[in-house]
Amino acid sequence: MAKTTASAQTADQESPELKITHPLSEMAAMFFRNYAAVAGLVLLVFIIIFTFLGPYIHTTDPFEMVWAPFTVPGEEGFLLGTDYLGRDILAAMMVGGQVSMAIGLAAAVISVVIGVTVGAFAGYYGGVIEEALMRFTEFFQVLPTLLFSMVIVALFGASLLTVTLAIGVVSWTAVARVTRSEFLRIRELEYVAAARSGSARDGYLIFRVILPNALPPIIVQANLMVGSAILFEAALSFLGLSDPNTMSWGQVIGSNRPYILDAGFAVAIPGFAIFLTVLAISLIGDGLNDALNPKLRQR
Amino acid sequence: MGLWQTIAKRVGYGLLLLVAVLILNFALISIAPGDIADTIAGDMGGADASVIEEIRTRYGLDRPFYVQLWRYLSRVALFDLGYSYFYNTPVTTLILEKLPATLLLVFSAQILAVITGTLLGVLAAKKPNGAVSLTVTFLSLFGFAAPVFWTGILLIILFVSIFPIFPVAGMVDVTVEGGFFVQALDVLHHLILPMVTLASIFLALYSRLARASMLEVLGADYVRTARAKGVPERSVYYKHALRNALGPVVTVAGLQFSAVISGAVVVEAVFSWPGLGTLALQSILARDTPTIMGILFFSSLVVIVVNILTDITLRLIDPRIKAG
Repeated sequence: MAKTTASAQTADQESPELKITHPLSEMAAMFFRNYAAVAGLVLLVFIIIFTFLGPYIHTTDPFEMVWAPFTVPGEEGFLLGTDYLGRDILAAMMVGGQVSMAIGLAAAVISVVIGVTVGAFAGYYGGVIEEALMRFTEFFQVLPTLLFSMVIVALFGASLLTVTLAIGVVSWTAVARVTRSEFLRIRELEYVAAARSGSARDGYLIFRVILPNALPPIIVQANLMVGSAILFEAALSFLGLSDPNTMSWGQVIGSNRPYILDAGFAVAIPGFAIFLTVLAISLIGDGLNDALNPKLRQR
Repeated sequence: MGLWQTIAKRVGYGLLLLVAVLILNFALISIAPGDIADTIAGDMGGADASVIEEIRTRYGLDRPFYVQLWRYLSRVALFDLGYSYFYNTPVTTLILEKLPATLLLVFSAQILAVITGTLLGVLAAKKPNGAVSLTVTFLSLFGFAAPVFWTGILLIILFVSIFPIFPVAGMVDVTVEGGFFVQALDVLHHLILPMVTLASIFLALYSRLARASMLEVLGADYVRTARAKGVPERSVYYKHALRNALGPVVTVAGLQFSAVISGAVVVEAVFSWPGLGTLALQSILARDTPTIMGILFFSSLVVIVVNILTDITLRLIDPRIKAG
């Protein structure tokens, strides 16, 4: 961010009539020039509207048996068919999507908070603290994440809260590494030294001086975390380890799985919904990466 | 530092990590609601407080936390991971029975992903804007976004209803008879779909990585020097460049290993592959805590061993690396 402002200022000195663009609007322009990222954004907005506003238009209860099981999509007025209990898959996609995305977002927030905290302290303080925190991170990298979260869910019960916590607690290591390496780089820069010489306290330096400048790669990583948390939740509920009283995309796949050879669509459709959502998120992530990284702008 | 010293240091550190895994295991069991006494009492059809207290005393659950922890650690040091009341077998025996199937799946998928990924990446690096590069880009988007169980199920549907040439469940066909070779072929036949499914998640990652690191290496001075002194282009590409570009791929492949095991859990469930993942799922559904904890321990052990092997491989590929 600092670099952008600097380059905007030099440009201003060379040609006084040039208007200084705000870094944010420059980033937005950069983002919107990336067609794949824009497509991802449009897709994601569409999916959000579909899942959160859809149930107001298509009011079928996703838990209610409405017709014979395994009605083929398009028949009998069921756009996406019915599942093994004769429940409307279209309604399940809408309601299930809300749960999948909410858990994905919440779990990503948890992992980003843990990861940024660990990474920031490790990168800022260095020495023994860094050593200890990075060993701690390594320890979490050794545990196979899915097995570990399966254990947590098994021990503490499969509620939405435990599932979200289980995903968040096991997947913060990448964020911690990114944050640490950014902190290691930024803490040596002049403006940090300047703030330090103004006798700023550690907390101020970490959260007000360094963190805002370390944000770009963290934002990109956080965005990817949402995608992988959605996949993670899907895998858990596919295995039957999610809250049995809520409906999510993964859960629809898991419960229809024994019947894949009779009604492949009941599994293929929710899988495709997950695929599209994560695809949209990662396209946005690529766009953000380019827009937030000043070094890539020349490429 | 010599190679052996590095290995010794890594092994020592690995042992520390394992102890940490065990402490975490134990702490999780301790803070989770309900203990073995409740489970046993539940299986007995309910018991009053005095009986539960008696069970607690018998299993040492009334002792202080650190005493219990110490007993647990010293038992595990002798590879005694407890007894599975669900399977009526010691946990270690149970796991060692299932471990080979998982290792076969995980290693074959990882090798397939690394080799095909590197090949694709190298080909893509020849023409950064060519068709192979485009394929790599699409693959990496697909590999990240497609849920692995979905890919597996689509493959099952494809190979059951359209091309019924591969078995879609289990590891062996009991009707197949013959010597070792015939049996091995049968296992390989069963392995193909699960292996491809598992490899599909990681293939994309390695191909993108190989492409990027080849492009970087091809711009290096020593590549220009090699070309300048007249080394044939083939040799420049596959000997000078590829060897140096492999470093990042091997590093990431090692780091990804625990993710591959996680993926294997799901793939095993999709293809009824009789490995640790299937065992983990069954023991979770049966509330068989010793088994599930044992699996977490063993899979961490595998990851640590692979990490050490990765370190050694990296040193063999690139003699410049000295342990720090």
